[in-house]
Order: sequence, then C-alpha cells, then structure tokens
Amino acid sequence: MQLLWLIVAMPLVSALVLAVLGSHLSRRVVAAWGVGSIGVSAVITMLVAVEFVSSPPAGNAYTQFLWTWINVAGFQPHIGFYLDALSLVMIFVVTFVGFWIHLYSAEFMMHDEGYSRFFAYMNLFVASMLTLLLADNLLLLYLGWEGVGLCSYLLIGFWYRDVANGLAARKAFIVTRVGDTAMLLGLFLLFTSLGTVQIQDLMHRASEHWPMGSTMAAAAALLLLGGAVGKSAQLPLQVWLPDAMAGPTPTSALIHAATMVTAGVYLVARTHVLFALAPPAQFAVAVVGGATLLLAGCSALTQHDIKRVLAYSTVSQIGYMFLALGVGAWSAAIFHFFTHAFFKALLFLGAGVIIEALQDEHSIFRMGGLRKELPVAFWTFLIAGCSLAGLPFITAGFYSKDLIIWGAWSAAQGHPSFWIVGMIGALLTALYTFRVIFRVFFGPIQIPVGKRPGYVMTVPLVILAFFAIVAGSVKDPLLAFVQSTLPPMVEANAAGMTETLSEVVAALAFLSGLYVAYLCHLQKRILADGAVAHPAGRALHAWWFADWGFDWLYDKAFVQPFLWVAQLNKNDFIDAFYTGIARLTEASYRAVQLTQTGQVRWYAAGIAAGSVVFLAMVVFA
Amino acid sequence: MEVAFYIAAAVAIIATMLMLRDLNVVHALLYLIVSLLAVAVVFYVIGAPFMAALEVIIYAGAIVVLFVFVVMMLNLGEHAVAMEQRWLTPGIWIGPTALAGVLLGEVAYLAARGGAQMEAQMVAPKQVGIGLFGPYLIGVELASMLLLAGLVGAYHLGVRRRQRTEIRHARDTHERRVAPSSDVVLAGTDRPARTP
Amino acid sequence: MLFSLGLIGLLVRRNLIVVLMSLEVMLNAAGLAFVVAGSRWQQADGQIVFLFILTMAATEVAIGLALVLQVYHQFKSLDADVLSEMRG
Repeated sequence: MQLLWLIVAMPLVSALVLAVLGSHLSRRVVAAWGVGSIGVSAVITMLVAVEFVSSPPAGNAYTQFLWTWINVAGFQPHIGFYLDALSLVMIFVVTFVGFWIHLYSAEFMMHDEGYSRFFAYMNLFVASMLTLLLADNLLLLYLGWEGVGLCSYLLIGFWYRDVANGLAARKAFIVTRVGDTAMLLGLFLLFTSLGTVQIQDLMHRASEHWPMGSTMAAAAALLLLGGAVGKSAQLPLQVWLPDAMAGPTPTSALIHAATMVTAGVYLVARTHVLFALAPPAQFAVAVVGGATLLLAGCSALTQHDIKRVLAYSTVSQIGYMFLALGVGAWSAAIFHFFTHAFFKALLFLGAGVIIEALQDEHSIFRMGGLRKELPVAFWTFLIAGCSLAGLPFITAGFYSKDLIIWGAWSAAQGHPSFWIVGMIGALLTALYTFRVIFRVFFGPIQIPVGKRPGYVMTVPLVILAFFAIVAGSVKDPLLAFVQSTLPPMVEANAAGMTETLSEVVAALAFLSGLYVAYLCHLQKRILADGAVAHPAGRALHAWWFADWGFDWLYDKAFVQPFLWVAQLNKNDFIDAFYTGIARLTEASYRAVQLTQTGQVRWYAAGIAAGSVVFLAMVVFA
Repeated sequence: MEVAFYIAAAVAIIATMLMLRDLNVVHALLYLIVSLLAVAVVFYVIGAPFMAALEVIIYAGAIVVLFVFVVMMLNLGEHAVAMEQRWLTPGIWIGPTALAGVLLGEVAYLAARGGAQMEAQMVAPKQVGIGLFGPYLIGVELASMLLLAGLVGAYHLGVRRRQRTEIRHARDTHERRVAPSSDVVLAGTDRPARTP
Repeated sequence: MLFSLGLIGLLVRRNLIVVLMSLEVMLNAAGLAFVVAGSRWQQADGQIVFLFILTMAATEVAIGLALVLQVYHQFKSLDADVLSEMRG
C-alpha cells in the first residue's frame, strides 16, 4: 500500500514526458508511454486493492502523507492520499476502464495529428482524476477538480482547427466554472466554520458542532452540490455535456461517461455527513437527480447524433446516481457508478468504431444494417445497450439501476414519487437505447462500411462487454465492501412494495420500452416519422431536441446581457485614457507642426517674439 | 543744436514709415535715402562728424546704390506694384506692429531708466583712428576678411551659367527625396497675402 | 524706434528687396544707438563699433542682393513666401 502515490505519479510523469518530448518520439513510443503508464497504474491499483481487501488497515482507511503543501499561519494543507473502500472502488474503475480506453485510442487516434498531445492530455486527466479521488483534504480535491476541468477543456477542443470545437470547450469550461465557484465557496465556508480542510476531520467536526438540520450544514452542502452539479452535468448546468461531444470519442468515453462526470457523485458521497446533517440539502440532491434523469431521457429520445444520444444518456444515468445519493442509498449510487462506467464507456467506444467505419457519419438516421458488417461492434454495443436499459438478470445495469429505484421507494428519505420517476426513466432509457440500436444496426445499409477496426480496438470492446455483464454479480460483495465507509441503506418505508415487485415492474418497463422501440424503429418506421410529423409531436420533438430550451434560456439570460455589456464597455474609460494620451500627443504634434511654415517672415517674427520675451524676463524679473 | 536733433530724428522716423508703406520699390528706396541722411544729421549733431560722413558715403552712397542697381536690373514694373497691392492688406500690419511696439516699449523703459542727458561734445575722428589701430586692431583685420568673403561670395553668386540644368542645389545630395511640394513651382502670383 | 520700424517692415513686406531694406534700417538703428552711447560716455568705442557695423552691412547687402538675383532667376518671383519649401 506504500505504492499508493505511484498510482498518481505514473500518469503524471507520463503526461510531462509526452508534453515535453512527445513531438520527437515515434507514435509507437508515444502509445507505449501513454497506455503503459495507465496500465502500470491499473496493476498497482489491483495490487493495492488485493492488499486492502485481504488485510484491511485500521479504521478501514489508509492515509499516506507525502509533504506539506502550504504552511501559513496555522493553515497547513498537505499533499496526502486517503484510501478507503469508496476511493478504492473509484480508482479501480478509473484506472481499469481508463487503461482499456487508452488502448483503444492508441489505434483510434493513429491518423490524427497531435498524437502525443492527445496522450499527454489524457494522462494528465487520469492523474488529476486520481488526485481528486485520493485526496485527503478538500484543497487537494479541488486541485484535482480543476485539473480534470482543464483536461476536459483541452480534450474537447482537441481538434482546435475547427472553431466550433473551441466554442464547445469554452462552454464546458465556463459552465463547470459556475459550479466550481459554488464549490469553492462551500470550501471556504467549511474552512472558516470548522477550521480544517481535511475531509475526515471535517466530517467529525461537522457531526459534533452542527446539529441535525443546521443551516450551516445545509449551506455548505448546497454549495458543494452546486459544484457537483456543474461537474456532473446535472440540472441546471447540464448544457455543456452534449456539446462536449465535439471532442474525440475516447475522450467522450473516458471523461464524459465513465469518470469525470462522476466526480460530482464522488464529492457528495465523500461529504455525505454534511448531507445527512441537512435533510433539505439531501432532498435537493434527490430532486436534482430525478428531474435530470427525466429531462435528459426525453432529450435523448429526440437526438439524431449518436454521441449526443449517449451524452444525454450519461446525464440521465448520473441523475440516477444523484437520486440514489439523495434518498440515502449511498452504496447503491456507487454500485451504479461502477457498472455504468463499464457499459457507458463501451457504448462510446462502439460508437467510435461505427463513426470511423462510416467515415465520420454521426447521424443514426443515415446509418443502418451494420449488424452483419461490424459484428464485434454490434454484439458489444448490444450488450452495453441492454446493460444500460436494464435487461433483467443478465446484465449488470439491471442490478444497479434496480437497486436505486428500489431505494427511491424504500430508503429513509425515499418517496414513492421518486420511484415513479425512476421507473419512467427506465422506460425512457430502454426506449432511446433500442431506438439507436435498431436504427444503427438493423434495417437497410445506407452507407457502406469503410474501415473496420483492428484488434487494438476490438479487444477493449470485448473486455468491457464482459464486465458489463459480469459486474452485476459482484453486487453484494461490493455493497458490503463500500459500506465500510458509507452508511448502508436503511429500508425505512418498505410498505406497499417489495424489492422483487420493484424488479418486476422495472423488467416490464424495459420490455415495453424495447417493444415500442422495435415497433417504431424497426417494424413500422413510419410510426416514428408520423409522431414527429404531427404538429404537437413536432413541437415536443423540437423542444426536447433543444435540451428543453436550456441553451436558449441561458443565452438570453446570461450570454446576451454579458455580450451587451462587453460591447458597451469595448471603448472603456481605461482605454480612453490611453488613446487620449495618443490623441493628445498627436494634437500637440499638429500644433507644433503649424509653426514650421517654412516662411522666413514667420521665423523672423518668432525671433522677435523671443527677444521680446527675453528682454521682459531680464527687465522685469 | 537740439532743435536740429529733434527735427532730424522726426524726419528719419517719418521717412522710414513712408518707406514701409509705399508700394513702389523705387519710391521706397528714395525714402530710405532720406532716412539715412537724417540719421547722418543726427550723428553730426551728437558729435560724431566722421560717422556722419561715413553714413552718407557708404550707407546712402554705396549700399542704397546697390539696391537701386538690382531693382533696375530686375525691371519689375507695374506688375510688381499690383502684386504688392494685393499682398499688403490692412490687417497685415497688426501683428508685427504689436510685436514691435512691445519691443519698443521695453527698450524705451530701459533707456528711461538710464537717465541720459545730451552732451554735444564731439568725439574727434582722431580718437577713432587711434582706437582702430590700438585695441580694435583685430576687429579691423576681421572686417577686412569679411569684406573679402563678401566679395568672393557675391561674385560667385552673381555668375550665371546658362546651361545650369539642376533646379535646386540641394536636390543633388539627396536623390532619394520624393517629389517636392507643390507650392514652389508657382511664381507667387496667386498666393494670398498671409500674415507671418 | 527706428529698430521697431525696421522690424515691422521686415515682418510685413513680402518683396525680398524691401525686406533687405528693412534689414538695413534695423542695422542703421543699432549703429545709431552705438554712436549715441559712445557720445554719451565720451569714448571712441561707439563710433568704432559703428564702423564695423557699417562694414558688415555693406558686405551683407552685397551678398544678399546676389542671392536675391539668384532667387529671382530660379523662382521667377521675389515673394518671400515662395521660398517656403522645407525639403532639401
């Protein structure tokens, strides 16, 4: 376990090496560095995990102190790593899934310029994410938080020559910035009222000093929730994630599906004590989660860019995780994160294969019949899609999602309405997932397949598909393991429903969604077209397509006024001062220029005037 | 004797004023001669007869004659009178008069402070001669060199070679200069009178 | 007084010859001042200086008029304002 710091250091060193020397190294070497560093991290993680599970350290947590970061007037945050069940699960997922995604991108990005730049950014991202997850104080966590935000920006705008990509990156950065500011305020609040930034100390002191329902706890929790909402693209800051699909597909897979967007979930889970102390804040978490999952599900139903469908799907699934956190089913949220990472990354990687094969075609309505052409992609995508939608008993997603929906009913802060929301969400999930599958893989071939993936790309797909199925079987051990850190879910109001009944209803939701999708998108496609052609349907479609109008709203409410003020201030007074200096100089130049007439009489007059003045000075002074 | 002084002074001033106002150059020259002669009288009155003589001989006799030569050589005629008429607008007098008036005031102030009285005793030419060969010997030599320089210069400038093609002397040394400004080529007939 | 008048003439008139004449007037006035000062202090120096001034004036007129002739032949005008080109 001493090797804990290496997990973070490997990708960081690799990022630095690639950043400095990358352009001089060959692609093979760059790939070896980029993929290898994550691989080493993954191996070390597994070693650490084995040791942790077999002989758990005292208090179920292991702290590794590295060095003191700042030492000012009693404020001494240090660089230290804190390993417990929660962070262990998360770093395992990050390094493991990250490794397969890096391997995939070694071939996927082979023909792009900036190969070493890509891997440098990806490695830096993994290093920052691991710092975030392993941080033992909030300041270091914030460092990792900012680091992942930076890498997200860099990677979304990776193909910087297209201006739209840069704009999408900027939008992502600014929107998450709003959340980051809230989080920073929460951090300040916590520090000033509790006197430390060490997370575990904070949790202890909070439970000591703040009574249940205290406003301080609620304020701090809500501010941290603001940060989580920004980074995890929940309501109301979800607008950046669909546009973030402008980045390369491996980026979308790693950052915007499996890892970074779950940083918010991690933050809430880490500071669960605060949320437990402030029921209104926890309720807010649940409401945010529930609303987001419905909203994103509806939007996903209307998208035609395959990656945008997956982006909205991610938003929706993280909504599930937030819902779980909000009702007190902490470990369920982490379990769902665990399974979601596998199948969502797989979905994105599969989408990448499809997009590459069809020469950069993104629209599902122009795809078709790829079932026979790309068999590996088809089967892995199908497995992942079923896992996402929750195919009963086989897939991992079923277990994790169902646990959440059951918790939405039965947990201490659960409520039947949350259960209903979760069910509707499940229906929508099945609907949009199979819409994509039927449109892309079935039906007539519209575009012939150009490039088929090689082994380096298909092996990760297969491995992730395997885990998308198998991960469900580790549900109970995993839950028990995580509950060493997070409080278990208490089944407080289980009246009226049993877990089995809930599972049955979820299975029914899945099947009905599958059937409707089959009907509309395979059997009689005119049904889907008809629904859109109908005026009400078209309006609804347009509204959901535009992400329920949030982009428009933010544009009108924030962007336009800001631009107006900027335009107003374009010739601001500070500028005016400096241009004033220039104009003054110019004016005096012109004034002086007038004396240079070249006429001798003028100069004679000048001499006379000068002598007059001189005499006056001599005589009268 | 004092009366003579005042009369001569008045004549000098009036003659100068008239000289300034007259449009015809030759008339102005004649007024100048009158002014110079009046000043010569003033010299005689205050006891510098030698200077008076010199004033008449050299100043009025040689220098003004040079002016007359040049005027006659240039042969300007009626056209010149018309030009002068156009140039001399009434408003043109204001600025210089003010300037010169201020200067005059200052000088008068300084002179009044000095508190001079008139003494009509003569300083003999003999003394002047002794001074010239004594302390001011170097000045004399320098003056003679100055005269030599003037002579050579005037000769050189006066020679006119018909085949001189270059328009402006300075043009040769600065070939890269761009085209000259436009106000040079005109003969000045259409430029409005401007106060300096 | 004479000096001031000469100054006015210098500044007002545009004809080069008149300008030179005004210059003579100014020199004359200065010389007059010197002679009067010499007479006041009963010294010969004033007259000696006047002699030098006279010499200098003669030289200057000679050269000045030669220049006027050149100007007239180049520019075909005796206007002082014509000579206002500042290049070269």
